[in-house]
Amino acid sequence: MFDVALQSEPVAAWTAMLPAILLGLTGLVLLGIDTLYPEETSNTLLAAVSAAGSLLAFAVAAWFLVAGTGQEHTGGAISLFGDTMVVDGMSLFFTLIFTVVTAMVAVAAYDYLADHAHRAEFYSLVLFAATGMTLMSMANSLATIFISLELASLPSYALVAFLKKNRGSVESGLKYFLIGSVSSGVMLFGISLVYATTGSLILGDVASALGEGTEMVGVLGVGVLMIAGGVAYKTASVPFHFWAPEAYEGAPAPISAFLSSASKAAGFAVGFRIFVEAFPLGAIPAGVDWVLAFQVLAVVTMTLGNFAAATQENVKRMLAYSSIGHAGYALIGLAALTAGGPNGDVLGASMAHLLVYGFMNTGAFLFIAMVEHWGVGRTFEDYNGLASVAPIAAVAMTVFMFSLAGLPPFGGFLSKYALFFSAIEAGFWWLAAVGAINSALSLFYYSRVVKAMWIESPAKDLEIESRPVGLYAAVLFAGLGTLLLLPGFGPVIETAQSVAAALF
Amino acid sequence: MIIEALIAVTFLAALVVFVAPDEYAGRLAAALSALPILGSLWMWAQYDASGNALLGGSIAFETDVVWLTLGGLDLHWFVGVDGISLPLVVLTTILTTLAIISAWTPIAERQSQFYGLMLFMEANLLGVFTALDFFAWFVFWEAVLVPMYFLIGVWGGPNRRYAAIKFFVYTNIASLVMFIGFIALVFGLGDSVSSMRLPEIAQALRAGELGGFAGLDTATLKTVAFVATFLGFAVKVPVAPLHTWLPDAHVEAPTPVSVMLAGVLLKMGTYALLRFNFTMMPDVATALVVPIAGIAVISVIYGAMLALAQEDLKRIVAYSSVSSMGYVILGLVAYTTYGVGGATFQMIAHGLISGLMFMAVGVIYNTTHTRMVGDMSGIADRMPVTAGIFVAGAFGYMGLPLMAGFAGEFFIFKGSFESTVHAGMPLFTAAAMFGIVIVAGYLLFAMQRTLFGPFSFDGEYEITNAPFHDVAPLAVLLLLTIVLGVAPDLFFGMIQDAVNPILNGGGL
Repeated sequence: MFDVALQSEPVAAWTAMLPAILLGLTGLVLLGIDTLYPEETSNTLLAAVSAAGSLLAFAVAAWFLVAGTGQEHTGGAISLFGDTMVVDGMSLFFTLIFTVVTAMVAVAAYDYLADHAHRAEFYSLVLFAATGMTLMSMANSLATIFISLELASLPSYALVAFLKKNRGSVESGLKYFLIGSVSSGVMLFGISLVYATTGSLILGDVASALGEGTEMVGVLGVGVLMIAGGVAYKTASVPFHFWAPEAYEGAPAPISAFLSSASKAAGFAVGFRIFVEAFPLGAIPAGVDWVLAFQVLAVVTMTLGNFAAATQENVKRMLAYSSIGHAGYALIGLAALTAGGPNGDVLGASMAHLLVYGFMNTGAFLFIAMVEHWGVGRTFEDYNGLASVAPIAAVAMTVFMFSLAGLPPFGGFLSKYALFFSAIEAGFWWLAAVGAINSALSLFYYSRVVKAMWIESPAKDLEIESRPVGLYAAVLFAGLGTLLLLPGFGPVIETAQSVAAALF
Repeated sequence: MIIEALIAVTFLAALVVFVAPDEYAGRLAAALSALPILGSLWMWAQYDASGNALLGGSIAFETDVVWLTLGGLDLHWFVGVDGISLPLVVLTTILTTLAIISAWTPIAERQSQFYGLMLFMEANLLGVFTALDFFAWFVFWEAVLVPMYFLIGVWGGPNRRYAAIKFFVYTNIASLVMFIGFIALVFGLGDSVSSMRLPEIAQALRAGELGGFAGLDTATLKTVAFVATFLGFAVKVPVAPLHTWLPDAHVEAPTPVSVMLAGVLLKMGTYALLRFNFTMMPDVATALVVPIAGIAVISVIYGAMLALAQEDLKRIVAYSSVSSMGYVILGLVAYTTYGVGGATFQMIAHGLISGLMFMAVGVIYNTTHTRMVGDMSGIADRMPVTAGIFVAGAFGYMGLPLMAGFAGEFFIFKGSFESTVHAGMPLFTAAAMFGIVIVAGYLLFAMQRTLFGPFSFDGEYEITNAPFHDVAPLAVLLLLTIVLGVAPDLFFGMIQDAVNPILNGGGL
């Protein structure tokens, strides 16, 4: 077995970081291809290399996860570079989300970029961002967390502003950049405050320093709050959510998919690890009740996201706000933690929801990318009658919408159910109730898309000139994933909950 | 594995039909939907089980594998049938095929999508009637809504958007209420159940292992859960005053969809009431007998009165469903072999007869392009076969002996007269029986004004006999109605067998 080989001499421990390394290498290879053939870079080759690289990383991560690398039964988390990086079940699980989303985005971008310049840069930026996200999920020190977060963010700023002749894209790129920089600064300051109180950056050492007690509870509290702010920014949670609808709307649609699925999951990976490992509920001083903060955050985020989504006229903005709502659901993973409670179940359910979300939300944004590719328009009215010209894609979009709303028989139903069930199990039935009510309300705006596509008749002649192969492939893949995650949810939730339990 | 095969074949057929070209989608769908009929008839012929699946009886064609584990609770893929669910499975397969054939004339656009959705709905309905794990059951239960939403919304009448949304929102909120009620029970049972398998939950509830949850004591929790699940299912049934989505949905839906809605979808509600409320919490059901019987009687009388006041043939039949389903509730709450068994039998009978009536109205509408009673008169002259079947079906609805409706209603009335759950039951029964008079009233009234008398018609269409494939499904349904009326024991034996354990403490 691989996991045995990993701990014996011939294979060095750093090979456990293979998924991240593969992603980074693929990004470099893409740049190399572009350097060799600067004038006539083949879009097909670039997209194929990006998709192959991310799928390879996916396969390796899945293999590690199945083989037990970094999990309890094979000797526990693999710690690297003086404990600043750690490979464990949770980081591998999140890597699955990043890599599969990256692969779908790369395949979809093949069509989206067909008549754009600087294609190689696009693909390599996506892969570098994915590398950053993978590192975020492995980072075990406040310093590496910050650096990997920046590695994920910087390419994202450029990607949002990628359509440089489009004012919306450039404007939202600028907004994203400004808010991102401010949030980074806030988080960095929070990190320095925590360092000041505990004298350490390694998450485990922070926790043990806290366990010995500190006199600067106030400073620590401010630091924790500022770090929470950084996490809230990256996950597009209230009150740091304002950038999200702007950035998602202005960015090229595949990038909206990438940011709202993978980047958000990366934010959660960091949040989960920091708060569980560095500020464990047993050790944190009574004055710093971050669980309460996340409870408030979760309720406000899901409610605000949902109500804002319900009032939109633009489908892309609606999805952007609904993705804020989903951040609220995923925050239950931190909000329903208790000392000694079924914490692994709660956190695992949140991770499993993020995986399902990776499929359904990416698929939904990629469908929007396809509609943009057709030049149909962005409002609900523009979607009228789409099903009559593109029934298969419309079926996939219907699957995404109903799955996002949490309706059976789709994956989103089970992941939401697991989330709310775990919250009730932990004693937070009111949190589950708010989530369930929000979820029921969300059906209203999701079904508007479905209604427009299937039931309304098109106002003008609806002509579709092309059938983009890559976009279709990516959308159908995401749709199939969303469907198959219903019968196949068992291994997902069981893996997620067992790797999450290993954190506590 | 026959149940899995049945569901899988239907799903695959849905997929095939969905991508098939429009020209032969209808024929292909009818041909493929014959497979589930054969399967369900084979199940009926091979049926070998006894007792109630939830209360320790043996289960036919059972499969039980763990699907996933969540917080110490196993969710199973657990399917099987007993005497209550098998007749509904047979009804579903037969009625779907007939509805598909009856769609050949009226459905002119996007046909492959229409037939694909019909088959998709059938697959989920089969799942609802065979799943014995709450979770698998709920997945199918909710999945039925999705095709129904499209079937009404895309192919319906002028007001279809409103009707489709109303149907979706009403029944989805009802499902949420029901879900919360049931999950509260599961948490109340705590460690005494290790899964959401319905038999396990039913037996634990009957054995009194329910504890409190979220600050509610046992008795309150049980009552709250009963009311929540009852309301959730009652919307689906529907009982007055939660029925307002039904006439809208029926009137807007195309004929074949109305057939499925009245014939099978409403039975999901009464089936679930029987399985959940009356099987699992008989003590609460007995304690609440007066309000429930009251609701049943109000549904019977009020639904019939509303039908009497309608000018639209389809609305008449639609409101009559509210009335007929009221009888079913009355039978359930009577809590006797004949009452509960009769209610189950009436689900089948009403499925056949209401399907027949909706199809007959549909055939008339295909020819005349109007459903208004005032627009036509004496059309029996021009379309005697359809008119004849319409009359026969109406007699079945009124409960003429030797037709399935008579058997069902007779069992229910016998059961509810004999009921000992409450001293007032005979009174409720007598009041409900008055409904029969009104039913006869509105049906005779409608027939007399539209079918008989001198011929006149306000419209440009030529009125001739309907094509064979329009009338054939009607004839089949009429035949089945008579067969079940003459020989109720084709199903009633197994129904009684499955119903008795509910009444006798489930052998616990």
